[in-house]
Amino acid sequence: MTGTRAPILFAIIFGLLLLVGFAQSWSLALAIFNLCLISAVMALGLNIQWGYAGLFNVGVMGFAALGGMTAVLVSYPPVAEAWAAGGSGILVSLILSLLTVAALVFAYRKMPKGNLRRVVMAAILVVAYLVVRYVYDPAVNAIESTNPAATGFLGGMGLPIIFSWLLGGVVAAGVAWLIGKISLGLRSDYLAIATLGISEIIIAMLKNEDWLTRGVKNVVGLPRPVPYEVNLQQAAWFNEWANTLGVSVVEFSSVFVKLCYAGLFAAVLLIVLWLSETALRSPWGRMMRAIRDNEVAANAMGKNVTARHLQIFVLGSAVIGIAGAMLTTLDGQFTPGSYQPLRFTFLVWVMVIVGGSGNNWGAILGGFLIWFFWVEAEPIGVWFMQTVTAGLPDGNAFKDHMLDSASHLRHIVVGLILLLTLRFAPRGLIPEVKR
Amino acid sequence: MSFLIGENMTGGYGGADILNNCTIGVEKGEIAVIVGPNGAGKSTAMKAIFGMLNLREGRVVMDGEEITSLTPQARVHKGMGFVPQNHNVFTSMTVQENLEMGAFIREDDFIPTMEQVFELFPILREKRNQPAGELSGGQRQQVAVGRALMTRPKVLMLDEPTAGVSPIVMDELFDRIIDVAKTGIAILMVEQNAKQALNIADKGYVLVQGENRFTDTGAALMANPEVRKSFLGG
Amino acid sequence: MDILNAIVLLFNFIIIPALSYGSQLALGALGVTLIYGVLRFSNFAHGETMAFGAMVTILVTWLFQSWGLHLGPLPTALIALPFGILAAVAVVLATDKMVYRYYRRKKSPGIIFLIASIGVMFIMNGMIRVIIGPDDQNFADGERFIFTAGQFREWSGLSEPLVLRSTQAITIILAIVICAALFWFLNRTRSGKAMRAYSDNEDLALLSGIDPDRVVMIAWILAGALATVAGVLYGLDKSFKPFVYMQLLLPIFASAILGGVGNPLGAIAGGYIIAFSEVAITFAYRKFFGYLLPDSMAPDGLVQLLSTDYKFAVSFIILVLVLLIKPTGIFAGKTL
Repeated sequence: MTGTRAPILFAIIFGLLLLVGFAQSWSLALAIFNLCLISAVMALGLNIQWGYAGLFNVGVMGFAALGGMTAVLVSYPPVAEAWAAGGSGILVSLILSLLTVAALVFAYRKMPKGNLRRVVMAAILVVAYLVVRYVYDPAVNAIESTNPAATGFLGGMGLPIIFSWLLGGVVAAGVAWLIGKISLGLRSDYLAIATLGISEIIIAMLKNEDWLTRGVKNVVGLPRPVPYEVNLQQAAWFNEWANTLGVSVVEFSSVFVKLCYAGLFAAVLLIVLWLSETALRSPWGRMMRAIRDNEVAANAMGKNVTARHLQIFVLGSAVIGIAGAMLTTLDGQFTPGSYQPLRFTFLVWVMVIVGGSGNNWGAILGGFLIWFFWVEAEPIGVWFMQTVTAGLPDGNAFKDHMLDSASHLRHIVVGLILLLTLRFAPRGLIPEVKR
Repeated sequence: MSFLIGENMTGGYGGADILNNCTIGVEKGEIAVIVGPNGAGKSTAMKAIFGMLNLREGRVVMDGEEITSLTPQARVHKGMGFVPQNHNVFTSMTVQENLEMGAFIREDDFIPTMEQVFELFPILREKRNQPAGELSGGQRQQVAVGRALMTRPKVLMLDEPTAGVSPIVMDELFDRIIDVAKTGIAILMVEQNAKQALNIADKGYVLVQGENRFTDTGAALMANPEVRKSFLGG
Repeated sequence: MDILNAIVLLFNFIIIPALSYGSQLALGALGVTLIYGVLRFSNFAHGETMAFGAMVTILVTWLFQSWGLHLGPLPTALIALPFGILAAVAVVLATDKMVYRYYRRKKSPGIIFLIASIGVMFIMNGMIRVIIGPDDQNFADGERFIFTAGQFREWSGLSEPLVLRSTQAITIILAIVICAALFWFLNRTRSGKAMRAYSDNEDLALLSGIDPDRVVMIAWILAGALATVAGVLYGLDKSFKPFVYMQLLLPIFASAILGGVGNPLGAIAGGYIIAFSEVAITFAYRKFFGYLLPDSMAPDGLVQLLSTDYKFAVSFIILVLVLLIKPTGIFAGKTL
């Protein structure tokens, strides 16, 4: 960290959170704080890609959603009837798909370049497509018609949800590897469009592959890694504790649960931060920055730029996947319809740019600051609209309209923050340290 | 005093000076050539005259008017034409459109000028509707020169017009450049092909490390044994 | 065998819808490509520009409707369109003055412009939500059909119906007129040629005395106008929903890149290619084969290559394929 600037900025953020605690409620302050922590992890992931290596990834939403999906697949109990109905079909089609890929790779490697190879590869694709559809479609139908109101999907592994945080990172990393293989090496704005497209495809899959994720029917009631409020409120020790502190049991239980989450999230954030900082200071980090600052020179010096980029794309996406799994854990439900690029991709971008790209502390600060304003812009917006329309009588159509749309002011606020930062502090609030 | 002169020019692109007290001048209807080894500041000297770098000392005067502080665009309005070494045509536009763009600042009828350019470079008339990017290297250079002539400049500056073209095309280009000079235009050019360029030059400047080393008529420089030995390869 | 019915089916479900969707994409992609050609960045706020222009058009349409002003069989939105264009142009010129011009003076890299456009996107998105709200708005009026299914059946005697909605016809005609006007401008006028020259070779354009500020201004005006027309036509054809325009960003960018970014002809071609692929690949061909094949061979399934939910995947896959095979796009890109 550089000088006193970063500590002061962090102190301001915590001061703002305390203010919310006193003025609104502690439960709300902690809720914001928890999402600040998750946002900070997400921003760290993107910072690894953009700040370290200059990769323009506009697919943050997709990787976060993959993490969320993993949370479902890890924690939800397996649905035995669905597995009986179509599990084998899904497995077979999965194996067939893998075989197809293997056959394609084999044909590509072993056959001489030319029209024959193209024809063979196309033929493999067409045949495989027909065969897989033949196995896959009935299996999907069978699964999705198994008790559709309650399940209608294969369920998960029934493991503690906290495992999904790691696994979410692994899944996101795997997909990132695949995407990176294809699209890295494109020009930066093409990479942006490519990742934007991939994130939309991932969301479309999560929304429509009901056998896997229940699609837009959502998965609710995911198990928690922390106690439930109801159980706490019935526990004798907890009541005693609340009494000694002199607070209401209901409110205290809510705060307590959020504190538990906060502890877990903070632990993850600190681990990721420590790892990123170590990586940044290592020779590997220096090489990354060298590549970012002068790709041509790095290439000329014999650095394999595309391979390095792939590495960092995978790592950053893994961190975003972890954050996505944490978010779904906190929500206790997986709702594919709620993933929107503005909130899950571009907002994270604003966090990184405003915080200071290339600086991990900056990314964390950005995550905290932007999330805080994203949430608190609503009450501030309502207050603003009330002030603006104070002269109008109640029930006035214009006044009602303005008050209704107060929450949308957050978009304007975030946009303004981004533009002002870019203009007056282009390297962010906590700029990258030149080492 | 010459029609166009850059006097005692000193300066660079920030950092160390590239030009040191360098003086280059050219008369109407004359061809002046700047030659010298790599890194001697030949192109820089020409760019300084055209206003593409700020001079720390010295001045540029054209037709008795000091133009040292003018932007390149303003110098085009004053009657300078400049043909850069690279990227000197609009590749996606037709030959005719390239010439039209050359005449962009003109309010009057530029069709007669285009006719003159076509007479000078007959191949361009033939290819007038072809995109300039599809032409050969030599034809492109003709388009580039033609584009610069469209403003009816008093001075035409060429930065290595024969770079990358075959010897035959080079001779052809030099012939055309002589024709242009005969119309009364002052021509200042930077050349790598020093021998051939000095052959057609009325005046030659040999620059070394941003300073004038030799200045004389083209023929005299060609005859100067020291110049021959050091700069013309014997 | 019933070839005529099969052809009518294709027209009804693939050709006409894809032509009108393709026209909307092409108009959107033209705006993206113009900005790329002149200012050298991918404008992420373009979708919001479309939504903004469409929004103002809708508000003015409602005003006209309340005055009882109508265009007869044509939608009232067509007379409101110029006001939408003016508003969108005013907004993009204002953003250029307040945001982009600074970076242009500083000669910032394209990626900085792109990030700035994300900020602009947020602000415009917020403005739209505050002014008209995030909900669906319907503003189409006038005659709904050029001819209906019943009329076509009666006229042709075929069992398969064909419908031509007025919004589809208006979209296609307007797109043709606007593209023709744009190409006339770019290829025949002094300002248009200056714009192409600037896009082709900025330094040489400056040497030729072309005023960069003017070229940039014209580019924004054209982009704002094209975006508004595309946004209004899309809204008339489907419905106006602010969120949808952001999703349109992907097929629009895909169209522009596919054709060769910076190349207007490519943008148009790209728009239609993307639209046709999306519609054709997500169409269920069961009935089509039912007409062509004998009953015994008629397929049982939907014969659908990809579910309609994956239509975004289509534009994306085509995009990636083209970029891998020919990185400059179908037509060489980067210049107007």
